[in-house]
Amino acid sequence: MSPNHTVFTVLLVASFLFFAWGCWRRLSLITLRTPEDRFDSIGHRVGEMLKFAFAQKRVLAKPFGINHFIIFWSFIILLIANIEFMLHGVCPWFSLTKLPDGLLRPLLLVLDIVSLLALASVVIAAIRRLVSPPYPEARTIEAFFILSLIGILMLAYFGINAARVVNGEMVSVFAWMPVSGRLALLIPATSAGSVYLIAWWAHAFALLAFMCYLPYSKHMHILTAIPNCFFRRLEKPNTQAREEFVSGKSFGVGQVDRYSWKDLLDSFSCTECGRCQQVCPASITGKPLNPRAVVHDIKVNLLENASRLAAGEKPALPLIGDGGEGSVSEESIWACTTCGACMEACPVFIEQMPKIINLRRHLVEEEAHFPEELLNLFENMEGRSNPWGIAPSERTKWCSQMDVKPFEQGSTEYLLYVGCAGSFDSRSKHVSVALAQLLDKAGISWGILGKDEKCCGDSVRRLGNEFVFDRMARENVAMFREKGVTKVITQCPHCFTTLKNDYRQYGLELEVIHHSELLRNLVQDGNLKLNKTASGLGTTVVHDSCYLGRHNDLYDAPRELIEAATGTAPAEMERNRANAFCCGAGGGRMWMEEHSGERINLTRVKEALEEKADTICVACPYCLTMFGDGLKDVKADNVRVLDVAEVLAEAVLR
Amino acid sequence: MLIVACIKQVPDTTQVQIDPVTNTLVREGIPFIVNPYDTHALEEALRLKDRFGCAVAAISMGPPNAEGTLRKALALGVDRAILLSDRVFGGADTLATSNVLSAAINKLHHECDEVGLVLCGKQTIDGDTAQVGPGIASRLGFQQLTLVDRIVELDTTGRRIRVSRKLEGRHEIVEAPLPAMLTVVRELNRPRYPRVPMRLAASDATVEVWNNQVLKLDEQSIGLKGSPTWVSKIFSPERAKGEILGDGYADPDGAARLLINTLLSKDMLPL
Ligand SMILES: Cc1cc2nc3c(=O)[nH]c(=O)nc-3n(C[C@H](O)[C@H](O)[C@H](O)COP(=O)(O)OP(=O)(O)OC[C@H]3O[C@@H](n4cnc5c(N)ncnc54)[C@H](O)[C@@H]3O)c2cc1C
Ligand code: SF4
Ligand code: SF4
Repeated sequence: MSPNHTVFTVLLVASFLFFAWGCWRRLSLITLRTPEDRFDSIGHRVGEMLKFAFAQKRVLAKPFGINHFIIFWSFIILLIANIEFMLHGVCPWFSLTKLPDGLLRPLLLVLDIVSLLALASVVIAAIRRLVSPPYPEARTIEAFFILSLIGILMLAYFGINAARVVNGEMVSVFAWMPVSGRLALLIPATSAGSVYLIAWWAHAFALLAFMCYLPYSKHMHILTAIPNCFFRRLEKPNTQAREEFVSGKSFGVGQVDRYSWKDLLDSFSCTECGRCQQVCPASITGKPLNPRAVVHDIKVNLLENASRLAAGEKPALPLIGDGGEGSVSEESIWACTTCGACMEACPVFIEQMPKIINLRRHLVEEEAHFPEELLNLFENMEGRSNPWGIAPSERTKWCSQMDVKPFEQGSTEYLLYVGCAGSFDSRSKHVSVALAQLLDKAGISWGILGKDEKCCGDSVRRLGNEFVFDRMARENVAMFREKGVTKVITQCPHCFTTLKNDYRQYGLELEVIHHSELLRNLVQDGNLKLNKTASGLGTTVVHDSCYLGRHNDLYDAPRELIEAATGTAPAEMERNRANAFCCGAGGGRMWMEEHSGERINLTRVKEALEEKADTICVACPYCLTMFGDGLKDVKADNVRVLDVAEVLAEAVLR
Repeated sequence: MLIVACIKQVPDTTQVQIDPVTNTLVREGIPFIVNPYDTHALEEALRLKDRFGCAVAAISMGPPNAEGTLRKALALGVDRAILLSDRVFGGADTLATSNVLSAAINKLHHECDEVGLVLCGKQTIDGDTAQVGPGIASRLGFQQLTLVDRIVELDTTGRRIRVSRKLEGRHEIVEAPLPAMLTVVRELNRPRYPRVPMRLAASDATVEVWNNQVLKLDEQSIGLKGSPTWVSKIFSPERAKGEILGDGYADPDGAARLLINTLLSKDMLPL
């Protein structure tokens, strides 16, 4: 009763070669491409890999993650059994049973239990995929095929051991195999030989089939997810890489091989879990954008065009195209709000948003092809350095009734970078006034740049107009240096992140503080005394701005400020903090129409109204506009939206 | 066939402020832009280039810093950019300006390729005379088609053009033989946005500069000497300062009501 070892050896070698060839074909596509340095802080990277790939911290962030955790670790532990199986298949004398009983017993106990757990997990996974898949397209034949292969492996493992026990081979350790041992009782001695052979070959075929199929399926992530966690971006992915503007270069990504090797590795690491699309405001509200599909399309496009690209020819399947498999539609490229929810959710640290912005860069910079609404925006930004094209001399109109000083090098501590919305938007100007009064009340030394202030460039950068952003950033950086600005207060999370994170790429390290944080500190340190509690605001609910929260980890300051001013903690929406839902204005979407699906701001306003709030508190001028508009649309006349500075002003100034 | 687009550098008038003391325009530190109407003339020239493959030259008369305006044109795709700049061109009125511009067009016509079309803006936002285009046409003996909002047909072999002119409350379709000079309105097209590779190429490209040694015009016909028009005074008309009614932020309903009532009481709402 022994399987034909020669046949197995031949099959094993063939499968290995097929597996290696498949892996090489794919991975070689990655290594040939655009460089990007991800080899810094190796020690830290190892730690991140252990935490996220092996301890599966992000996978476990969702309840069903435990199931994946079990399958992952079963895989690792069962490697012992599977390696033994393959070696035994080639050299029959090799067997774990040669180990002394003292070692063999606990080992078999562990393998048996782990196999049972894995079996249970794949059954649960299959049922879940049938009954309530993470997204409808997740019910693929591929998924069920892989799950059944794993199931067969486990069952065959039990079968092999049970048959050996019946055959009298492993009698001394019989009691240490709770499953295989029990199964042995059901096998009549006469059929033990054939059961063994059937189970052995089933195991062999399942194992080899799995190996052969792996590089061609989404299960490639088994190999790539671990390095992907190692090579993850160590800082928050809240900014995009700079481009160098010299003749002869191409800008953005219009062809798949212009992506960096890490982008391409990302595409092979996607587990197709769908967590990104479940949190994407564009996907949720019915836009054609789906971050999972973008990552998948990059992979398909790469594979489809691989041979042509290798030959230096133009790709046959365009990367930006009709939105069929392997190409991303323009409408989806423009639908991204750059909220970062996808990147926060992805268990393997895929960076979807920078990939989308790279596509925008190609459209804007190489083709000058973008939604009509953006033409004015781009020209206004370049010509007058603000989104509306208002004359810079009007930048100080918001404070025409106040005594506001210009920023003076040496004598002024903080620059109040008012921002375009705070300077020009009729609603946000009230926030600027409230903030200015609070700063004065607290005795802060602050000043403004007045008509010299220029837009930070956030919208143009997120919209892919890196060329114009680069100019704006250089001008601002030069001006800040010349004027000796080191500490900046912003009331807009977009200015905040741009000055703090994007300008760092230009060698400017500013101490940037968002007004919610500064005001919170001033209240906590007793520099701003409250006159009363702002009880007139009724029930408050708080909304997290993406660029404050997810992109910069600032969650507590607005909450503590509201609580200090009103005496009660604000209500939380169902999706809050790192899981908060975008207002719809980020990524330059503020300046564009929403043509399909439900409006993002309406979705969020309705969520806020669920909390029966009288006042929605925000800390961003864009959120202020989006909520204001949304409230008008749902005719919630009795609900107000206020900036946190205005909330505090109620308690301090009134 | 060569198409010539005339573009002028103008101060961004939305940013121009009136000096309260002298009552004149404060021009210092004001950024320059391409005269908005001229961007439409340029765009149309480029569209004709895309369709018919004809070459496009952009010309501008102005001080040396008007070179920036021509670089923008290069970034958008013109084949040649020529700056007409010389101290003796300075102080020109519309007559002297059209003398210089038409001499340059004539030179291109003889030395480069026959000029079939000259495209100008309807008017500038600083001088506002709307005379330069027609001035060029009459000097060159070209047909003049003003206020064009659509080119209905261009027949380059039959050498005819048919356009729609935007007049008050109506449109006029007119046809003329080439060569012709068109002045254009904003409705004609949506100007394109420059592609970055073109911007970079434009920053390395040369803007040709033609002075009067090149054009060899009689100094009595150009610049201040060639300008029969003299500006005797520039002033801003007195404007009665309005008053701010209500508070639209605190009480939008009340403010709207107040506004309607005020307009009604002044008989300014046709009911
Ligand atoms: C007495 C007098 C003195 C002046 N002195 C000066 C002076 O010292 N410095 C000064 O800058 N201005 C001066 N000006 C203004 C200048 O003459 C006019 O701006 C100029 O003649 C164009 O007229 P316009 O702006 O009304 O153009 P319009 O006739 O309104 O322009 C119509 C179209 O003609 C074309 N066009 C007009 N001007 C040019 C140009 N320069 N290059 C290319 N295409 C053009 C454009 O396509 C434009 O859209 C003076 C004007 C007068 C009357
Ligand atoms: S950044 Fe936000 S909007 Fe863009 S793809 Fe990710 S989740 Fe969707
Ligand atoms: S990109 Fe990340 S979150 Fe989205 S499906 Fe792939 S693995 Fe899951």
